Amino acid sequence: MKHWPLYEVFIRSKHGLSHKHVGSVHATDAKMAIDNARDLYTRRSEGVSIWVIPSSEITASIPGDKEALFDPAEDKVYRHPSFYKLPAEVDQM
Amino acid sequence: MTINMDTQSNSQSEALYDYLLRLGDSPLILGQRLCEWCGHAPALEEEIAIMNIGLDLIGQCRNWLELAAKTADNGQDADKLAFTRDAHQYRNLLIVEQPNGNFADTMARQYFYDAWHLFTLEALCNSNNRDIAEIAAKAVKEVRYHLRRSREWIIRLGDGTELSQQRMQQAIDDIWMYTGEMFEMDDIEKTLVQEGCAADQQQIKQRWLDEVAETLATATINHPDPDAYMQQGGKQGVHTEGLGFILAEMQFLQRAYPNATW
Repeated sequence: MKHWPLYEVFIRSKHGLSHKHVGSVHATDAKMAIDNARDLYTRRSEGVSIWVIPSSEITASIPGDKEALFDPAEDKVYRHPSFYKLPAEVDQM
Repeated sequence: MTINMDTQSNSQSEALYDYLLRLGDSPLILGQRLCEWCGHAPALEEEIAIMNIGLDLIGQCRNWLELAAKTADNGQDADKLAFTRDAHQYRNLLIVEQPNGNFADTMARQYFYDAWHLFTLEALCNSNNRDIAEIAAKAVKEVRYHLRRSREWIIRLGDGTELSQQRMQQAIDDIWMYTGEMFEMDDIEKTLVQEGCAADQQQIKQRWLDEVAETLATATINHPDPDAYMQQGGKQGVHTEGLGFILAEMQFLQRAYPNATW
C-alpha cells in the first residue's frame, strides 16, 4: 500500500459544470484510480464524470510567495466588474 | 383432471420458488463472505470497493428473496428466509461459500462468479417472468462493474510480480473445481428454461469459457483443465463445511433474539 501512488480526483456533478477537486485516492494505475474514485466519491450520485491525475504531476504555488503573488491585487477593486450598469435583460450575471 | 392441474401448477410454483432461492442465496452468501474483509483489506480504497460490492450483492439478494416469499405465499419474508433457514435449506453455489483465503483467492472466486453472474443476469433480462426480468435488469448494471473490477485484479496480479503471479495461479487452480456447478442444470432448471423464465446455462457456459480463457491468457495464467473433476450439490442444499460457520455468524442475532429490530 505504501507503494501505491496518490491520485487527485476531480468530479463533474452535472453536464455543463466544470470538474471540481473532491479529494484523492491511492491506486496502482490511472484506471484503478478511476474505479476507486467511483467507489469513494460517487456513491450518492454525485457525478457524471471523473478525472484523476497523479498528485506528483501537480505543480503548486509556494506559500512563501503569497505576498508577491496575491497582495498586489488587494487594492485594485476596479478589476471587479461591479462598476457597470447591467441592462435589465441580463438578469443573472 | 382438476387435481392433476393443481398438482402441476403446485410443482411449477415450487420449482420457481427453488430457483428464486438459488438466485438469491448466492449473492447473500458471497456478500457475507466479502464483509469479512472489513478492516482487513490491503488498502483503504480496496476495502471500500469490496464493501460496496458486498452490499450490492446483499441488496440483490433482498429482491430475489422477497420475490421468492411472494411466490411461495407461506408467510415468509426476505429476512425470515435469510435468517432462519438452515444450511441444507440454502441453495447457493458452493463457490461463494469458499473461504476468503488471501487476496488472490478472494479475487479468483469473485472473478469466476462475476462472469457467471453477469451472463446469467443478462439472460434473465429476457425472462418471460416480468418480476425476474426487472430484478435482473437492475442488478446487471452493478454486476457489470463487479466483473470489470475483479477481471482487472486477475490481470494485475497474474501479469504482475513473480510472487503475485504464483499466488494468482494457485488461487485459480484451487477454486477451479467449484466452477462446474454453475452450469449444471437439474430438472428444476430445465423445466423453467423450457417455460422461458430461467437462464439456459448451456448457452452461458460457452460465453463464460471464452471470457475466462481471454482473461487468463492476458494475465499469463495457465488455464486449468476444463475437464477436471467438479464439485456440486450447493443448488440442491448439499454444502461444504464453510456454510455452517457463515450462517452461525450471520444468523446469530435473529436466532438468539427472535424478531429483534433496530
